[in-house]
Amino acid sequence: MKFVENVKADVTTDIVYMMCPMHLLKLEEKIKELDDGQILEIMTDYDGALEDIPGWCEKTGNEFLGMSETEDFYKFYIRKKVKQK
Amino acid sequence: MRKCYFDHAATNPLDKRVFDAMTPYFIENFGNPLSLYDLGTKAKEAIENARTQVAALINSKSSEIIFTASGAEANNFALRGIALARQNEGKHVIVSKMEHHSILNSARFLEKMGFVVTFLPVDKYGIVDPDTVKKSITKETTLISITHASSEVGTIEPIKEIGRIAKGKGIIFHTDAVAAAGNIPVDVKELGVDLLSMAAHQFYGPKGAGALYVREGMRIVPLIYGGIQENGRRAGTENVPAIVGMGKAAELAKNEMVDRIEQAKKLRDKLIKGVSSIENIYLTGHPENRLPAHASFTVEFIEGEAMLLLLAAKGIYAASGSACSSKALKSSPVLLSMGVSSNLAQGSIVFTLGTGNTEEDIDYLLSELPQVIKRLREMSPYAKGWGTKGESGECTVQK
Repeated sequence: MKFVENVKADVTTDIVYMMCPMHLLKLEEKIKELDDGQILEIMTDYDGALEDIPGWCEKTGNEFLGMSETEDFYKFYIRKKVKQK
Repeated sequence: MRKCYFDHAATNPLDKRVFDAMTPYFIENFGNPLSLYDLGTKAKEAIENARTQVAALINSKSSEIIFTASGAEANNFALRGIALARQNEGKHVIVSKMEHHSILNSARFLEKMGFVVTFLPVDKYGIVDPDTVKKSITKETTLISITHASSEVGTIEPIKEIGRIAKGKGIIFHTDAVAAAGNIPVDVKELGVDLLSMAAHQFYGPKGAGALYVREGMRIVPLIYGGIQENGRRAGTENVPAIVGMGKAAELAKNEMVDRIEQAKKLRDKLIKGVSSIENIYLTGHPENRLPAHASFTVEFIEGEAMLLLLAAKGIYAASGSACSSKALKSSPVLLSMGVSSNLAQGSIVFTLGTGNTEEDIDYLLSELPQVIKRLREMSPYAKGWGTKGESGECTVQK
Protein backbone atom coordinates (compact mmCIF):
# COMPACT_ATOMS: atom_id res chain seq x y z
CA MET A 1 0.00 0.00 0.00
CA LYS A 2 1.20 3.45 -0.89
CA PHE A 3 1.02 5.97 1.97
CA VAL A 4 0.90 9.68 1.23
CA GLU A 5 0.86 12.87 3.27
CA ASN A 6 -0.50 16.36 2.69
CA VAL A 7 -2.42 15.60 -0.47
CA LYS A 8 -4.65 18.53 -1.37
CA ALA A 9 -8.03 17.17 -2.39
CA ASP A 10 -10.53 19.09 -4.51
CA VAL A 11 -13.50 17.23 -3.07
CA THR A 12 -13.87 15.25 0.15
CA THR A 13 -16.54 12.68 0.86
CA ASP A 14 -17.14 11.27 4.31
CA ILE A 15 -18.57 7.74 4.39
CA VAL A 16 -17.34 6.74 7.83
CA TYR A 17 -19.63 4.05 9.36
CA MET A 18 -21.01 3.08 5.97
CA MET A 19 -20.39 -0.45 4.85
CA CYS A 20 -19.81 -2.26 1.56
CA PRO A 21 -20.72 -1.42 -1.15
CA MET A 22 -21.13 2.26 -0.24
CA HIS A 23 -17.37 2.84 -0.61
CA LEU A 24 -17.53 1.88 -4.29
CA LEU A 25 -20.88 3.49 -5.05
CA LYS A 26 -19.88 6.81 -3.50
CA LEU A 27 -16.50 6.62 -5.19
CA GLU A 28 -18.13 6.18 -8.59
CA GLU A 29 -20.73 8.89 -7.91
CA LYS A 30 -18.21 11.45 -6.69
CA ILE A 31 -15.63 10.77 -9.42
CA LYS A 32 -18.35 11.43 -12.00
CA GLU A 33 -18.92 14.88 -10.48
CA LEU A 34 -15.22 15.80 -10.57
CA ASP A 35 -13.42 17.52 -13.44
CA ASP A 36 -10.64 15.60 -15.17
CA GLY A 37 -7.45 15.61 -13.13
CA GLN A 38 -9.14 16.66 -9.88
CA ILE A 39 -8.45 14.77 -6.68
CA LEU A 40 -11.06 13.04 -4.53
CA GLU A 41 -10.53 12.23 -0.87
CA ILE A 42 -12.65 9.45 0.63
CA MET A 43 -12.86 9.03 4.39
CA THR A 44 -13.96 5.53 5.40
CA ASP A 45 -13.51 3.06 8.23
CA TYR A 46 -14.47 0.10 6.04
CA ASP A 47 -11.53 -2.34 5.88
CA GLY A 48 -12.63 -3.75 2.55
CA ALA A 49 -11.78 -0.40 0.99
CA LEU A 50 -8.07 -1.17 1.42
CA GLU A 51 -8.29 -3.66 -1.41
CA ASP A 52 -11.32 -2.38 -3.28
CA ILE A 53 -10.41 1.25 -3.87
CA PRO A 54 -6.97 0.60 -5.45
CA GLY A 55 -8.59 -2.28 -7.39
CA TRP A 56 -11.40 -0.03 -8.66
CA CYS A 57 -8.87 2.60 -9.75
CA GLU A 58 -6.88 0.03 -11.70
CA LYS A 59 -10.02 -1.25 -13.40
CA THR A 60 -11.38 2.17 -14.32
CA GLY A 61 -8.12 3.88 -15.20
CA ASN A 62 -8.32 6.54 -12.48
CA GLU A 63 -5.10 7.16 -10.60
CA PHE A 64 -4.79 5.85 -7.05
CA LEU A 65 -2.53 8.35 -5.35
CA GLY A 66 -2.33 6.56 -2.00
CA MET A 67 -3.82 6.65 1.44
CA SER A 68 -3.26 7.91 4.96
CA GLU A 69 -4.60 6.68 8.24
CA THR A 70 -6.06 8.46 11.26
CA GLU A 71 -6.99 6.88 14.56
CA ASP A 72 -10.57 6.23 13.41
CA PHE A 73 -10.58 5.95 9.65
CA TYR A 74 -8.63 5.80 6.41
CA LYS A 75 -8.31 8.51 3.80
CA PHE A 76 -7.95 7.47 0.18
CA TYR A 77 -6.85 9.81 -2.60
CA ILE A 78 -7.88 9.29 -6.20
CA ARG A 79 -7.10 11.50 -9.20
CA LYS A 80 -9.74 11.44 -11.92
CA LYS A 81 -8.34 10.28 -15.23
CA VAL A 82 -7.87 12.80 -17.98
CA LYS A 83 -9.74 11.79 -21.10
CA GLN A 84 -7.55 11.40 -24.24
CA LYS A 85 -8.44 13.94 -26.88
CA MET B 1 -74.19 5.44 19.95
CA ARG B 2 -72.04 8.43 19.21
CA LYS B 3 -68.34 7.61 18.66
CA CYS B 4 -65.82 10.25 19.67
CA TYR B 5 -62.16 9.56 19.10
CA PHE B 6 -60.05 11.73 21.40
CA ASP B 7 -56.82 9.73 21.24
CA HIS B 8 -55.02 11.24 18.28
CA ALA B 9 -51.71 11.20 20.17
CA ALA B 10 -51.94 7.39 20.13
CA THR B 11 -52.55 7.37 16.41
CA ASN B 12 -54.65 8.93 13.68
CA PRO B 13 -56.85 7.45 11.00
CA LEU B 14 -55.27 7.58 7.56
CA ASP B 15 -56.35 10.56 5.47
CA LYS B 16 -58.29 9.28 2.45
CA ARG B 17 -56.08 11.35 0.15
CA VAL B 18 -53.02 9.66 1.67
CA PHE B 19 -54.63 6.27 1.15
CA ASP B 20 -55.26 7.12 -2.52
CA ALA B 21 -51.64 8.18 -2.98
CA MET B 22 -50.41 4.92 -1.44
CA THR B 23 -52.71 2.51 -3.28
CA PRO B 24 -50.81 2.25 -6.61
CA TYR B 25 -47.67 1.16 -4.75
CA PHE B 26 -49.09 -2.06 -3.33
CA ILE B 27 -49.92 -4.05 -6.46
CA GLU B 28 -49.46 -1.97 -9.60
CA ASN B 29 -46.09 -0.31 -8.89
CA PHE B 30 -44.75 -2.98 -6.59
CA GLY B 31 -41.13 -2.83 -7.78
CA ASN B 32 -38.07 -2.81 -5.58
CA PRO B 33 -36.59 0.70 -5.69
CA LEU B 34 -33.16 -0.80 -6.28
CA SER B 35 -34.22 -2.63 -9.44
CA LEU B 36 -32.89 -1.03 -12.59
CA TYR B 37 -35.96 -1.57 -14.80
CA ASP B 38 -38.97 0.76 -14.96
CA LEU B 39 -40.86 -0.82 -12.05
CA GLY B 40 -37.89 -0.15 -9.83
CA THR B 41 -37.34 3.39 -11.04
CA LYS B 42 -41.03 4.21 -10.50
CA ALA B 43 -40.74 3.10 -6.88
CA LYS B 44 -37.44 4.93 -6.47
CA GLU B 45 -38.94 8.13 -7.87
CA ALA B 46 -41.91 7.81 -5.53
CA ILE B 47 -39.57 7.53 -2.53
CA GLU B 48 -37.54 10.54 -3.62
CA ASN B 49 -40.71 12.54 -4.14
CA ALA B 50 -41.82 11.63 -0.60
CA ARG B 51 -38.40 12.63 0.71
CA THR B 52 -38.85 16.08 -0.81
CA GLN B 53 -42.34 16.38 0.71
CA VAL B 54 -41.12 15.38 4.19
CA ALA B 55 -38.12 17.70 3.92
CA ALA B 56 -40.44 20.60 3.01
CA LEU B 57 -42.47 20.00 6.17
CA ILE B 58 -39.43 20.69 8.38
CA ASN B 59 -37.48 23.00 6.03
CA SER B 60 -34.55 20.64 5.45
CA LYS B 61 -32.83 19.36 2.32
CA SER B 62 -34.30 16.13 1.01
CA SER B 63 -30.87 14.48 1.28
CA GLU B 64 -31.06 15.05 5.03
CA ILE B 65 -34.10 12.78 5.47
CA ILE B 66 -33.61 9.09 6.34
CA PHE B 67 -36.79 7.02 6.30
CA THR B 68 -37.32 4.60 9.19
CA ALA B 69 -40.12 2.27 10.18
CA SER B 70 -41.29 4.37 13.14
CA GLY B 71 -40.63 7.36 15.33
CA ALA B 72 -39.22 4.99 17.94
CA GLU B 73 -36.70 3.67 15.43
CA ALA B 74 -35.71 7.21 14.52
CA ASN B 75 -35.15 7.96 18.22
CA ASN B 76 -33.09 4.81 18.77
CA PHE B 77 -31.10 5.56 15.64
CA ALA B 78 -30.38 9.13 16.70
CA LEU B 79 -29.29 8.33 20.22
CA ARG B 80 -27.20 5.25 19.57
CA GLY B 81 -25.98 6.39 16.18
CA ILE B 82 -24.58 9.71 17.39
CA ALA B 83 -23.35 8.55 20.81
CA LEU B 84 -21.40 5.72 19.19
CA ALA B 85 -20.12 7.85 16.33
CA ARG B 86 -18.69 10.37 18.78
CA GLN B 87 -17.60 8.14 21.63
CA ASN B 88 -13.93 8.95 21.11
CA GLU B 89 -14.72 12.59 21.88
CA GLY B 90 -16.71 11.84 25.02
CA LYS B 91 -19.20 9.51 26.59
CA HIS B 92 -21.73 11.83 28.20
CA VAL B 93 -25.28 12.18 26.91
CA ILE B 94 -28.01 14.51 28.20
CA VAL B 95 -31.73 13.71 27.96
CA SER B 96 -34.73 14.92 29.95
CA LYS B 97 -37.10 13.02 32.18
CA MET B 98 -39.90 14.05 29.82
CA GLU B 99 -38.68 11.79 27.04
CA HIS B 100 -40.54 8.95 25.39
CA HIS B 101 -39.44 5.42 26.29
CA SER B 102 -37.65 5.10 22.95
CA ILE B 103 -35.27 7.83 24.15
CA LEU B 104 -35.14 6.85 27.83
CA ASN B 105 -34.48 3.18 27.11
CA SER B 106 -31.93 3.98 24.41
CA ALA B 107 -30.19 6.16 27.00
CA ARG B 108 -30.27 3.28 29.49
CA PHE B 109 -28.77 1.03 26.84
CA LEU B 110 -25.97 3.55 26.38
CA GLU B 111 -25.41 3.53 30.15
CA LYS B 112 -24.89 -0.21 29.98
CA MET B 113 -22.31 0.39 27.27
CA GLY B 114 -20.34 2.64 29.60
CA PHE B 115 -21.81 6.02 28.73
CA VAL B 116 -22.82 8.48 31.44
CA VAL B 117 -26.34 9.83 30.98
CA THR B 118 -27.86 12.86 32.70
CA PHE B 119 -31.64 12.70 33.01
CA LEU B 120 -32.66 16.34 33.38
CA PRO B 121 -35.45 17.32 35.78
CA VAL B 122 -38.41 19.41 34.60
CA ASP B 123 -40.60 22.00 36.27
CA LYS B 124 -44.26 21.56 37.24
CA TYR B 125 -45.34 22.18 33.65
CA GLY B 126 -42.88 19.65 32.29
CA ILE B 127 -40.55 22.28 30.89
CA VAL B 128 -36.83 21.65 30.63
CA ASP B 129 -34.93 24.72 31.79
CA PRO B 130 -32.29 25.67 29.18
CA ASP B 131 -30.10 26.88 32.02
CA THR B 132 -30.16 23.41 33.60
CA VAL B 133 -29.11 21.97 30.24
CA LYS B 134 -26.20 24.41 30.15
CA LYS B 135 -25.10 23.50 33.66
CA SER B 136 -25.21 19.77 32.91
CA ILE B 137 -22.78 20.03 30.01
CA THR B 138 -19.32 18.59 30.69
CA LYS B 139 -16.21 18.25 28.54
CA GLU B 140 -17.40 14.71 27.78
CA THR B 141 -20.86 15.72 26.49
CA THR B 142 -21.40 14.81 22.84
CA LEU B 143 -25.18 14.67 22.53
CA ILE B 144 -28.27 16.36 23.96
CA SER B 145 -31.74 15.00 23.21
CA ILE B 146 -34.85 16.85 24.34
CA THR B 147 -38.38 16.18 23.16
CA HIS B 148 -39.99 18.92 21.09
CA ALA B 149 -43.39 18.38 22.67
CA SER B 150 -44.73 15.84 25.11
CA SER B 151 -47.53 13.63 23.83
CA GLU B 152 -48.51 13.00 27.43
CA VAL B 153 -48.94 16.50 28.80
CA GLY B 154 -48.73 18.52 25.60
CA THR B 155 -46.02 20.89 26.79
CA ILE B 156 -43.82 22.39 24.07
CA GLU B 157 -40.16 22.59 25.10
CA PRO B 158 -37.82 25.57 24.52
CA ILE B 159 -35.97 23.78 21.72
CA LYS B 160 -34.64 26.93 20.08
CA GLU B 161 -32.95 28.10 23.28
CA ILE B 162 -31.46 24.67 23.97
CA GLY B 163 -30.36 24.47 20.33
CA ARG B 164 -28.41 27.71 20.74
CA ILE B 165 -26.68 26.37 23.85
CA ALA B 166 -25.76 23.10 22.15
CA LYS B 167 -24.44 24.88 19.08
CA GLY B 168 -22.37 27.24 21.21
CA LYS B 169 -20.69 24.27 22.87
CA GLY B 170 -20.31 22.22 19.69
CA ILE B 171 -22.61 19.50 20.98
CA ILE B 172 -24.95 17.56 18.72
CA PHE B 173 -28.62 18.28 19.44
CA HIS B 174 -31.47 15.90 18.71
CA THR B 175 -35.15 16.50 19.26
CA ASP B 176 -37.91 13.93 19.31
CA ALA B 177 -40.54 15.77 17.30
CA VAL B 178 -42.88 12.80 16.90
CA ALA B 179 -45.74 14.63 18.63
CA ALA B 180 -44.88 18.00 17.07
CA ALA B 181 -43.96 17.46 13.42
CA GLY B 182 -47.00 17.77 11.20
CA ASN B 183 -49.03 19.28 14.04
CA ILE B 184 -47.23 22.54 14.74
CA PRO B 185 -44.72 24.41 12.55
CA VAL B 186 -41.32 22.72 12.80
CA ASP B 187 -38.31 24.29 11.11
CA VAL B 188 -34.98 22.57 11.71
CA LYS B 189 -33.00 25.68 10.83
CA GLU B 190 -34.96 27.93 13.13
CA LEU B 191 -34.82 25.37 15.95
CA GLY B 192 -31.10 24.80 15.44
CA VAL B 193 -31.33 21.03 15.73
CA ASP B 194 -28.91 18.56 14.16
CA LEU B 195 -31.30 15.62 14.26
CA LEU B 196 -35.08 15.36 14.48
CA SER B 197 -37.40 12.35 14.67
CA MET B 198 -40.91 12.15 13.28
CA ALA B 199 -43.66 9.60 12.66
CA ALA B 200 -46.19 9.63 9.81
CA HIS B 201 -49.19 8.32 11.75
CA GLN B 202 -49.06 11.38 14.00
CA PHE B 203 -50.22 13.51 11.06
CA TYR B 204 -52.69 11.25 9.22
CA GLY B 205 -50.05 9.18 7.47
CA PRO B 206 -49.65 5.42 7.77
CA LYS B 207 -48.22 3.50 10.71
CA GLY B 208 -44.86 1.91 10.02
CA ALA B 209 -43.36 5.04 8.50
CA GLY B 210 -41.04 7.43 10.29
CA ALA B 211 -38.07 9.58 9.46
CA LEU B 212 -34.93 10.95 11.00
CA TYR B 213 -33.56 14.28 9.86
CA VAL B 214 -29.76 14.23 10.01
CA ARG B 215 -28.06 17.52 9.24
CA GLU B 216 -25.77 17.32 6.24
CA GLY B 217 -22.22 16.25 6.99
CA MET B 218 -22.99 14.42 10.23
CA ARG B 219 -21.61 10.98 10.88
CA ILE B 220 -24.05 8.46 12.30
CA VAL B 221 -23.59 4.77 13.02
CA PRO B 222 -26.38 2.79 11.32
CA LEU B 223 -28.83 0.82 13.41
CA ILE B 224 -29.53 -1.64 10.61
CA TYR B 225 -26.75 -2.94 8.38
CA GLY B 226 -27.28 -4.46 4.99
CA GLY B 227 -27.71 -2.86 1.62
CA ILE B 228 -27.39 0.60 0.19
CA GLN B 229 -30.88 1.85 0.92
CA GLU B 230 -31.15 5.33 2.44
CA ASN B 231 -27.62 6.08 1.28
CA GLY B 232 -26.20 3.14 3.22
CA ARG B 233 -27.51 4.46 6.52
CA ARG B 234 -30.63 2.35 6.96
CA ALA B 235 -30.67 -0.97 5.18
CA GLY B 236 -33.72 -3.00 4.20
CA THR B 237 -36.06 -2.87 1.22
CA GLU B 238 -38.08 0.29 1.61
CA ASN B 239 -41.75 0.20 2.63
CA VAL B 240 -42.66 2.09 -0.53
CA PRO B 241 -46.43 2.57 0.05
CA ALA B 242 -45.82 3.74 3.64
CA ILE B 243 -43.09 6.16 2.57
CA VAL B 244 -45.31 7.52 -0.22
CA GLY B 245 -48.05 7.91 2.38
CA MET B 246 -45.74 9.75 4.75
CA GLY B 247 -44.78 12.12 1.96
CA LYS B 248 -48.39 12.85 1.02
CA ALA B 249 -49.38 13.28 4.68
CA ALA B 250 -46.48 15.70 5.18
CA GLU B 251 -47.56 17.73 2.15
CA LEU B 252 -51.16 17.93 3.41
CA ALA B 253 -50.05 18.79 6.94
CA LYS B 254 -47.90 21.62 5.63
CA ASN B 255 -50.66 23.02 3.42
CA GLU B 256 -53.46 22.69 5.95
CA MET B 257 -51.56 23.34 9.18
CA VAL B 258 -52.91 26.82 9.88
CA ASP B 259 -56.54 25.69 9.59
CA ARG B 260 -55.96 22.48 11.53
CA ILE B 261 -54.32 24.38 14.39
CA GLU B 262 -57.08 26.96 14.51
CA GLN B 263 -59.80 24.32 14.61
CA ALA B 264 -57.97 22.21 17.21
CA LYS B 265 -57.29 25.15 19.51
CA LYS B 266 -60.94 26.18 19.46
CA LEU B 267 -62.12 22.73 20.45
CA ARG B 268 -59.30 22.16 22.91
CA ASP B 269 -59.98 25.40 24.77
CA LYS B 270 -63.66 24.54 25.02
CA LEU B 271 -62.73 21.07 26.32
CA ILE B 272 -60.26 22.39 28.89
CA LYS B 273 -62.71 25.01 30.10
CA GLY B 274 -65.50 22.47 30.45
CA VAL B 275 -63.47 19.71 32.09
CA SER B 276 -61.72 22.11 34.47
CA SER B 277 -65.09 23.09 35.91
CA ILE B 278 -65.44 19.59 37.40
CA GLU B 279 -64.25 19.48 41.01
CA ASN B 280 -60.76 18.24 41.81
CA ILE B 281 -59.51 18.00 38.27
CA TYR B 282 -56.23 19.60 37.33
CA LEU B 283 -54.82 20.44 33.94
CA THR B 284 -51.37 18.91 33.41
CA GLY B 285 -48.69 20.47 31.25
CA HIS B 286 -48.31 24.10 30.34
CA PRO B 287 -51.57 26.07 30.17
CA GLU B 288 -50.58 28.07 27.06
CA ASN B 289 -47.40 26.66 25.64
CA ARG B 290 -48.90 23.34 24.65
CA LEU B 291 -49.84 21.36 21.55
CA PRO B 292 -52.97 22.84 19.95
CA ALA B 293 -54.91 19.58 20.03
CA HIS B 294 -53.84 18.45 23.48
CA ALA B 295 -55.80 18.48 26.73
CA SER B 296 -54.52 16.43 29.68
CA PHE B 297 -55.68 16.23 33.27
CA THR B 298 -55.33 14.41 36.52
CA VAL B 299 -58.51 13.49 38.29
CA GLU B 300 -58.40 13.10 42.05
CA PHE B 301 -59.39 9.91 43.87
CA ILE B 302 -59.93 7.65 40.84
CA GLU B 303 -57.87 5.69 38.37
CA GLY B 304 -57.35 6.73 34.77
CA GLU B 305 -57.88 3.19 33.53
CA ALA B 306 -61.34 2.98 35.08
CA MET B 307 -62.31 6.28 33.47
CA LEU B 308 -61.11 5.03 30.08
CA LEU B 309 -63.24 1.89 30.32
CA LEU B 310 -66.41 3.70 31.33
CA LEU B 311 -65.85 6.40 28.70
CA ALA B 312 -65.22 3.76 26.03
CA ALA B 313 -68.56 2.17 26.96
CA LYS B 314 -70.09 5.51 25.98
CA GLY B 315 -68.17 5.64 22.70
CA ILE B 316 -65.56 8.09 23.97
CA TYR B 317 -61.96 7.08 23.35
CA ALA B 318 -59.20 8.71 25.37
CA ALA B 319 -55.87 7.77 26.95
CA SER B 320 -54.27 7.67 30.35
CA GLY B 321 -50.61 8.55 30.42
CA SER B 322 -48.46 7.07 27.72
CA ALA B 323 -49.57 3.78 26.23
CA CYS B 324 -46.83 1.76 27.91
CA SER B 325 -47.24 3.14 31.41
CA SER B 326 -50.96 2.64 31.02
CA LYS B 327 -50.52 -1.05 30.16
CA ALA B 328 -47.99 -1.60 32.92
CA LEU B 329 -50.38 0.02 35.42
CA LYS B 330 -47.59 2.25 36.60
CA SER B 331 -47.82 5.89 37.47
CA SER B 332 -46.64 7.92 34.53
CA PRO B 333 -42.93 8.72 34.94
CA VAL B 334 -43.54 11.99 33.10
CA LEU B 335 -46.15 13.13 35.65
CA LEU B 336 -43.96 11.99 38.54
CA SER B 337 -41.04 13.97 37.13
CA MET B 338 -43.31 17.04 37.09
CA GLY B 339 -43.84 16.60 40.80
CA VAL B 340 -47.33 15.10 40.63
CA SER B 341 -47.85 12.66 43.52
CA SER B 342 -48.03 9.00 42.51
CA ASN B 343 -51.64 8.77 43.72
CA LEU B 344 -52.75 11.69 41.64
CA ALA B 345 -50.73 10.51 38.65
CA GLN B 346 -52.87 7.35 38.61
CA GLY B 347 -55.84 9.52 37.73
CA SER B 348 -54.28 10.77 34.52
CA ILE B 349 -56.50 11.27 31.49
CA VAL B 350 -55.47 12.63 28.10
CA PHE B 351 -57.71 13.89 25.30
CA THR B 352 -56.04 14.58 21.99
CA LEU B 353 -58.13 16.03 19.21
CA GLY B 354 -58.06 15.59 15.47
CA THR B 355 -59.48 16.95 12.24
CA GLY B 356 -62.50 14.67 12.56
CA ASN B 357 -63.65 16.11 15.90
CA THR B 358 -66.52 18.59 16.13
CA GLU B 359 -68.01 20.89 18.75
CA GLU B 360 -70.77 18.32 19.22
CA ASP B 361 -68.10 15.77 20.19
CA ILE B 362 -66.85 18.10 22.90
CA ASP B 363 -70.42 18.74 24.10
CA TYR B 364 -71.00 15.00 24.29
CA LEU B 365 -67.79 14.48 26.28
CA LEU B 366 -68.65 17.31 28.64
CA SER B 367 -72.07 15.80 29.25
CA GLU B 368 -70.76 12.28 29.91
CA LEU B 369 -67.47 12.82 31.76
CA PRO B 370 -68.91 14.33 34.97
CA GLN B 371 -71.21 11.31 35.36
CA VAL B 372 -68.34 8.87 34.85
CA ILE B 373 -66.23 10.66 37.42
CA LYS B 374 -69.12 10.89 39.86
CA ARG B 375 -69.84 7.17 39.54
CA LEU B 376 -66.21 6.19 40.02
CA ARG B 377 -65.76 8.52 42.98
CA GLU B 378 -68.80 6.99 44.64
CA MET B 379 -67.13 3.59 44.36
CA SER B 380 -63.65 4.80 45.25
CA PRO B 381 -62.34 4.07 48.74
CA TYR B 382 -60.35 7.27 48.39
CA ALA B 383 -63.34 9.46 47.65
CA LYS B 384 -62.63 11.63 50.67
CA GLY B 385 -58.89 11.74 50.15
CA TRP B 386 -56.01 9.43 49.45
CA GLY B 387 -55.67 8.54 53.13
CA THR B 388 -51.95 9.07 53.22
CA LYS B 389 -51.04 12.05 55.28
CA GLY B 390 -49.35 14.72 53.28
CA GLU B 391 -50.48 13.46 49.92
CA SER B 392 -54.18 14.12 50.19
CA GLY B 393 -55.20 16.89 47.92
CA GLU B 394 -51.64 17.94 47.29
CA CYS B 395 -51.12 19.04 43.78
CA THR B 396 -48.27 20.73 42.09
CA VAL B 397 -49.92 21.09 38.74
CA GLN B 398 -51.92 23.99 37.46
CA LYS B 399 -55.58 23.98 38.14
